[in-house]
Amino acid sequence: MIRLDNATKVYKRGARPALDSISVEIERGDFVFLVGSSGSGKSTFLKLILREERPTGGDVYVAGRHLNKLSAWRVPHLRREIGAVFQDFRLLPNKTVYQNVAFALQVIGKSRHHIQSTVPEMLELVGLSGKERRMPHELSGGEQQRVAIARAFVNHPPILLCDEPTGNLDPGTSVGIMRLLDRINRTGTTVLMATHDDEIVDQMRKRVIELRGGQLVRDQDRGVYGLERV
Amino acid sequence: MRLRFILGEVVNGLRRNGTMALSVVLVTFVSLMFVGAAALTQMQIDQLKDDWYGKVEISIFLCPENSRNERCAEGAVTPEQEDAIRGVLEDGALAGLVQEVYYESREQAYDKFVANDDEGIWSSLTADQMQPSFRVKLSDPEQYQVVADATEGLPGVDVVRDQREIFSELFRFLNAATVVAAALAAVMLLAAMLLITTTIRLSALSRRRETQIMRMVGSSRSLIQMPFMLEGAVAATGGALLAVAGLFFGVRYLIEDWLRSSVTWVQYIGTQEVWSVAPWLLVIAVGLAAVASLVTLGRYTRA
Repeated sequence: MIRLDNATKVYKRGARPALDSISVEIERGDFVFLVGSSGSGKSTFLKLILREERPTGGDVYVAGRHLNKLSAWRVPHLRREIGAVFQDFRLLPNKTVYQNVAFALQVIGKSRHHIQSTVPEMLELVGLSGKERRMPHELSGGEQQRVAIARAFVNHPPILLCDEPTGNLDPGTSVGIMRLLDRINRTGTTVLMATHDDEIVDQMRKRVIELRGGQLVRDQDRGVYGLERV
Repeated sequence: MRLRFILGEVVNGLRRNGTMALSVVLVTFVSLMFVGAAALTQMQIDQLKDDWYGKVEISIFLCPENSRNERCAEGAVTPEQEDAIRGVLEDGALAGLVQEVYYESREQAYDKFVANDDEGIWSSLTADQMQPSFRVKLSDPEQYQVVADATEGLPGVDVVRDQREIFSELFRFLNAATVVAAALAAVMLLAAMLLITTTIRLSALSRRRETQIMRMVGSSRSLIQMPFMLEGAVAATGGALLAVAGLFFGVRYLIEDWLRSSVTWVQYIGTQEVWSVAPWLLVIAVGLAAVASLVTLGRYTRA
């Protein structure tokens, strides 16, 4: 589903590579944690997959596409196969919960009928039924993140990328979000989650990919956050 | 769905950026008004040229008695000289250029003069004091200089006058007015384009969240950019429509209703000329907005 072959990213000529010859394969339906301190290359890893950046060396394949060769006008099609969730939620403050989720379908040209049947289903999945008309500022952080997840998943993409989705949430709320992501993963969706949250990683016991200084230092099934604490 | 979405975004954007949109409308309105005025002035000039140049003649004034002109030092023109001049006009190399020649004698000139002299101020003049002349109608009025050069030095010729000289000053003025209008139009169009650029940029910045999410969920670049482009185009088109309306009412009330009834000896342009200019004004407006979008959007809504 996602494959990096010796992928390297150098932002500025001569600088230390942000990603240094990374080779990793993530299968369909995997749940993978991407861990590492700030500046370890996690963000660059996600950007390569979203094709916000192109690798300076090596190859990147996502959802059957060779991203090195993907032309700019096909990028939107790639992004429709990837849902993305961020630490800061990125909701539209002037739209209701329902409209925020519907927006993602509107702008890729889905029919009104499709939207009207899909959005309520998705809100039910994330546990926000009955809050369709709320505005984002009326919701708690956890609820806002649920809206963001609903928006990312409403088009049923095969891949869900999460960049620190629990970074702004308290531990109790984070557990709820992780349960939701786990549920989505069980529908066959590949979930790749970059995180600093050691408790969550340790609890979930999923595959862990660790980056340090742009290099892959660990790729472990049923791993924990830091090896030294095992 | 997409069309509804785009139109909704355009309306939203225009409302949110109301004052900027209004300023774009007004600046394009004024600049296209100048463009239109320049075009209409040129059309008026063409119309006047067609109308007047067809009527004008060259007048070859012949030497009267007691002229102070050196060329007439030998006294009044003699019949032989008159025949020679007519010969040059009708038979020589000029024959192809000359359509018609007729002779106006002293008496005819006098009668014409008196007939036009309603107030009797010049009644003390006599026919002898008048100047005989050849009136020459050219088949091509533009060839005036050739005819003038060929006849000017002939014995018995006092002076050669082209009636076009009377109008040339007016045309020079109108042409200068066109240049001024066009120059102002160019400056205003530049201002309009910069303003549209700024408006689009502001609009794009104020909707960065939306466009960011649109990119993220995979909407096409055209869908992301279309609302901004249309916003600029709608505002500019609004300005163009105002300019057309302004020109229409200007021509309607100032020229058709006022000048045409008070200064009647001139053929004026009318509102149908405004309609022939209107499409070009719209094209300019849309083109302006398109150029402004192209230079702005690439940077603010990259895929």
